[in-house]
Amino acid sequence: MAERGWSLGGALRGLFTSPTIDEGTWDDLETALLGADFGPDLTDELLDELRAKVAQFKTTDPADLKRMLREALEERLAAHDPTLTLSNRPAVVLVVGVNGVGKTTTIGKFAKFLTGYGRTVVVGAADTFRAAAVDQLATWAERAGVQVVRPQHAGQDPASVAYQTVQFAIDNNIDIAIIDTAGRLQTKAGLMDELGKVTRVIEKLAPIAETLLVLDGTTGQNGVAQAEAFFESAGVTGLVVTKLDGSAKGGFVLRVQQQTGIPIKLIGQGEGIGDLTGFTPHVFAASLVP
Amino acid sequence: MATFGTLSDRLTATFSALRTKGKLSPADVDGTVREIRKALLDADVALPVVKDFTAAVRERALGDEVNKALNPAQQVVQIVNDELIGILGGQQRRLQFAKNPPTVIMLAGLQGAGKTTLAGKLAQWLKADGHTPLLVACDLQRPNAVQQLQVVAEQAGVAVFAPEPGNGVGDPVRVAKDAVKHAATALHDVVIVDTAGRLGVDAELMKQAGDIRKAIDPDEVLFVIDAMIGQDAVATAKAFQEGVDFTGVVLSKLDGDARGGAALSVASVTGRPIMFASTGEGLGDFEPFYPDRMASRILDLGDILTLIEQA
Ligand SMILES: Nc1nc2c(ncn2[C@@H]2O[C@H](COP(=O)(O)OP(=O)(O)OP(=O)(O)O)[C@@H](O)[C@H]2O)c(=O)[nH]1
Ligand SMILES: Nc1nc2c(ncn2[C@@H]2O[C@H](COP(=O)(O)OP(=O)(O)OP(=O)(O)O)[C@@H](O)[C@H]2O)c(=O)[nH]1
Ligand SMILES: [Mg+2]
Ligand SMILES: [Mg+2]
Repeated sequence: MAERGWSLGGALRGLFTSPTIDEGTWDDLETALLGADFGPDLTDELLDELRAKVAQFKTTDPADLKRMLREALEERLAAHDPTLTLSNRPAVVLVVGVNGVGKTTTIGKFAKFLTGYGRTVVVGAADTFRAAAVDQLATWAERAGVQVVRPQHAGQDPASVAYQTVQFAIDNNIDIAIIDTAGRLQTKAGLMDELGKVTRVIEKLAPIAETLLVLDGTTGQNGVAQAEAFFESAGVTGLVVTKLDGSAKGGFVLRVQQQTGIPIKLIGQGEGIGDLTGFTPHVFAASLVP
Repeated sequence: MATFGTLSDRLTATFSALRTKGKLSPADVDGTVREIRKALLDADVALPVVKDFTAAVRERALGDEVNKALNPAQQVVQIVNDELIGILGGQQRRLQFAKNPPTVIMLAGLQGAGKTTLAGKLAQWLKADGHTPLLVACDLQRPNAVQQLQVVAEQAGVAVFAPEPGNGVGDPVRVAKDAVKHAATALHDVVIVDTAGRLGVDAELMKQAGDIRKAIDPDEVLFVIDAMIGQDAVATAKAFQEGVDFTGVVLSKLDGDARGGAALSVASVTGRPIMFASTGEGLGDFEPFYPDRMASRILDLGDILTLIEQA
């Protein structure tokens, strides 16, 4: 993968042009990590680890430090298994997250991604709340060439739309049912409880294969609170990080993975239907530190 | 979050050590400044802004400025609070209305920031104030953005100008231009132009936003930014300032628990005032921006004045 917009490359450039590792190097590294949203705690942790390594290997070469940084990131990223589990039939995928992070768009891309592997897909419009959310999902379904289950009336209970979607998949022998939900801030207890209900209702028909939490790549440290709350209410099994085509670095996802143990599974990098890839720790680390 | 709740405690502890001493030593100040730096970073304030901010606090805390009524610890808190509020904009700025209507307001920002929802909020609020706003559908990119604006307009009970279907069809610059003409003949005194979300690094779309601005010469360009954004707030705000030169900022999704350090970053880096806070999905969830509330939110100090009393 080429150097992406979210690469730390720019921020690290000064760092690795100096001939030897000195205090300035460490300052620059700290600046780069903080600027990439790793947060003050993880930044300190990484700096301590790297200082220890540099001392252990008695190196003064910034190129060594760069490699160590890439390895430290990769090691953390690879601590969890990024494989999507979609072997049930139907495999039900529930997509959740705070407002505007890219849930509906991700579903459009993911549906296309799966049909590319020969899977049949139905998407369910269980965001019955936001203005034109159902039409938006229907547009994506059309682009992806998959079917969509719409609410039968405005403001229908999201759990019942989710149920109908899974039922539709069962009745029509469709491999995968992906369910869109309304955006909700993790602080809204009532809305978070609603997700629990959606989950329980779906599980009357079929186990949920994956509950994907979509995180906006431009998010800062609040991403951790989001993941913790959604994990609690909806049993999140995987993370999707979107909007990594911008200038944000998304360092907070490392903290999220580390703190919750939920693996990153998909990466969104654009508004086009093809702009979704699986998550590979090595590629991600190499992109951050080219 | 666990790392947070303790800032008040940590500062209070630092301060109780300070209280007994007569004058602040550089070491005292450095300890406090370190705590504040971490709190700001945890709150997602951008690093360059944190650096400037802590330098200013340090300088003032060690300066001659003496307030007999306060002990040294209280003075540091006071300085931090003053500086924060200073950057966030001491006073509120209100919307600028055109001498000759219609007043044109353009909305811009990253994808998903809350622009379309804000269009509805502004419309409802202005309507209640006796205005006759017109919402203009210039996001012809995002799937079904036009329908979304139509629904929002209906909820707000205002008119909408949406001559193009969107979903990639239609020229937003032309729609914006036509909308202003239409507003003049149809007697709408305010025009609110919704635009597509765009990234700071997307030169082509940023130019399009600039072109819309040039075509309609708006009285206000409001930059809508998500309170949950991290360090990227600075690069993004700069890109929008260069691309469309916004006149004011709206901080959205403040109903969550993000500290909202972006407010400080954007205000500090662009010098543009934060005018409104968006605090929910409902069209009524919208209020003027209060710098003092934001200051204590960013530092998670609850009521910062209470801390001054305790210190
Ligand atoms: N640049 C970029 N934009 C994206 C990406 N994913 C989504 N978007 C844009 O982000 C905005 C919000 O996306 P949605 O899919 O509607 O987000 P959502 O989470 O479904 O939003 P709600 O349902 O309102 O909570 C849209 O303008 C999308 O086009 C991405 O990876 N990159
Ligand atoms: N909780 C909360 N949600 C908000 C707020 N403002 C907007 N939203 C939600 O955030 C999501 C995105 O809002 P939009 O108004 O569609 O954002 P946008 O900037 O127009 O998005 P694009 O057109 O895709 O760039 C929707 O789910 C809104 O309901 C707010 O202040 N609080
Ligand atoms: Mg959606
Ligand atoms: Mg919009």
